[in-house]
Amino acid sequence: MNPEDWIEINIGQWVENLVGFILDNFEPVLDAISAAIGFVALGLENTLLAINPLVLSAILILLALWRVGWKFAVFVLLSMVLILGMNLWDPTISTLALVVGASFVALLVGFPVGVAMAKSDTVEALVRPILDFMQTMPPFVYLIPAAMFFGLGKVPGTIATVVFAMPPVVRLTNLGIRQVSVENVEAGRAFGCTDRQLLYKVQLPLALPSIMTGVNQTIMLSLSMVVIASMIGAGGLGNVVLTGIQRLNVGLGFEGGLGVVIVAILLDRLTQSFGRIRTSEGFFTRLMRALKGEQQKPTVTGSEQSETPRRAAS
Amino acid sequence: MSNAKIVVNGLYKIFGSHPDQAYELLQQGKDKDEIFETTGNTIGVKDASFEVYEGEVFVVMGLSGSGKSTLVRMLNRLIDPTYGVVEIDGRDIVKMSKSDLIQVRRKEMAMVFQSFALMPHQRVIDNAAFGLEVAGVPREQRYERALKSLEAVGLKPNAYSYPDELSGGMKQRVGLARALTNDPSIMLMDEAFSALDPLIRTEMQDELLRLQSEQRRTVVFITHDLDEAMRIGDRIAVMQDGAVVQIGTPEEIVTSPANEYVSSFFKGVDVTQVFQAGDICGKGPKTVIERAGSDLNSATEALKNSADEIAFVIGKDRKYEGLVTAESLLEAKKNKGGKLENALVANIEAVRADMSLSEVLHRVAHSRYPVPVVDDNNVYKGAISKTALLQTLDRAV
Repeated sequence: MNPEDWIEINIGQWVENLVGFILDNFEPVLDAISAAIGFVALGLENTLLAINPLVLSAILILLALWRVGWKFAVFVLLSMVLILGMNLWDPTISTLALVVGASFVALLVGFPVGVAMAKSDTVEALVRPILDFMQTMPPFVYLIPAAMFFGLGKVPGTIATVVFAMPPVVRLTNLGIRQVSVENVEAGRAFGCTDRQLLYKVQLPLALPSIMTGVNQTIMLSLSMVVIASMIGAGGLGNVVLTGIQRLNVGLGFEGGLGVVIVAILLDRLTQSFGRIRTSEGFFTRLMRALKGEQQKPTVTGSEQSETPRRAAS
Repeated sequence: MSNAKIVVNGLYKIFGSHPDQAYELLQQGKDKDEIFETTGNTIGVKDASFEVYEGEVFVVMGLSGSGKSTLVRMLNRLIDPTYGVVEIDGRDIVKMSKSDLIQVRRKEMAMVFQSFALMPHQRVIDNAAFGLEVAGVPREQRYERALKSLEAVGLKPNAYSYPDELSGGMKQRVGLARALTNDPSIMLMDEAFSALDPLIRTEMQDELLRLQSEQRRTVVFITHDLDEAMRIGDRIAVMQDGAVVQIGTPEEIVTSPANEYVSSFFKGVDVTQVFQAGDICGKGPKTVIERAGSDLNSATEALKNSADEIAFVIGKDRKYEGLVTAESLLEAKKNKGGKLENALVANIEAVRADMSLSEVLHRVAHSRYPVPVVDDNNVYKGAISKTALLQTLDRAV
């Protein structure tokens, strides 16, 4: 006797029914979502593709110089040369647009959810298992309903990516806000913050490093999902890799993979640079100052500083 | 000085759900641990009642876990009291609406925290202006006022630094400046100097006292450090297990501690810092001779009839003039023409009543005679003998 014969729980059937029900009854909603996502994802891609590769490369290099430093700028320069040399510019930009678009939507939804979780234990208790579910479900599974609801192409690719990539920003926003020191929150309240002021002036700024880690993780997850999403026609570098697999073309697969790695490093370094609380001057501030012929701002060292107040107090 | 600025009456904080049950048990005289066992509630503060007078430094002292931090947080309702009344200028803040409470926090009271609680993403000047920023004061005005308070704590040169570029003491100066910028009438200081090393701590205490001498605010100061309490407190409330067990001036608390717990605080305390000359000058020799209406004979007679070996001579309005002994009187009679003035022993200078014992210790120890004590106007208050000094030192050990 096979136990599988007498226990019958047909979850698969239920899910299919549910998907069918949604398809039959919520078509206008799905169309609206599709239009909105399509507008963001395709709009971004078309814009980026319309820019001359050299101009876009120059912009990225300058961004690297401003946010990270000259070494990273050199790295970006070499990467751009490599991508153009491999003839992978268009798929790379397509992937970049997809990742940025999907991350943008994931943040748009995930960040407020994270804040709500931090503010209420009930919301946290409800959302946490959903996040666990979203993260542990194999990413391929998302492709099926996404394709059924939205057909093939960039829009379902983006949506599957959003679902897969959202949990980190939700989790780390929640964690970041909850980890703000009690006394800082008390200070905010003791000086007369309203709830909203407390959030904007104390909790979010102090949670920023953690939130940015979440943003960074969400972007990285989007990138990994974008490759998988090429199976439902999301295009981009994922498509190159997929073609490599299908034709057992090691070289093509490697080139596509290299492109993904370059996009990953680029996005990672740039987003991380926004998570730091900047206290020293950036490159451009120094450059502008140098151009105006001003003196370097006298930076006070620790030892000098601890002298000043005592002198002033005595 | 005797205007009550803060009135606290029957204040309770019971943490956990169903505080009523715990309250009942408290009324039956059950202690903290028993109540926690039966109801799961923790008693933060129980039945605290006291007044804080306008312009005084009111210190709340107790070991950790005695409820002092909870108590101070109920004064600005960072923690909502379970029962009781907290009146600020006659208004009960426990019943106040949220928006009224925010106004009180912005205008009436500021707080200084043990861990400084500065905003690391803001420059020192923005931190100092935080209260005004929250209250919606325009940037220029709030920077102007922030700079003024930074100047008051000696940090104006660091206005544009970030907090993590400052040392601990400097950070707490920013914390202090942030509180001052709001120009509050009440300052709540929760272990404000406890995280600083001893040298800087003393410096900050002086700073606070100096600021108080410039503009008197009502300060509620929480500390577990007795020396600090003695140094800056006008009055001290001692807390034990959530209850206020004694309130009084530092001297009152040292001389007549309410229970074993209170007196245990003073084990090893430097009493020479606690007491002033004026506190113990009543125990010296009592013989006083008024110069007007006395001559050598009556003075000799008076000294002979007393138990003392010396007598202090006072003039008009009880102003201190000097000290005579039996020998000096005899000497004057024989050689110096019989005037009482001539009998005064040379080089006996009085000490001031507000000098601490540590300052007069040396004088008393090395003087042949008891040391006279006078007030600011040179009015005779009494004298300190070696015996009285020793007794004081002994009792405190």
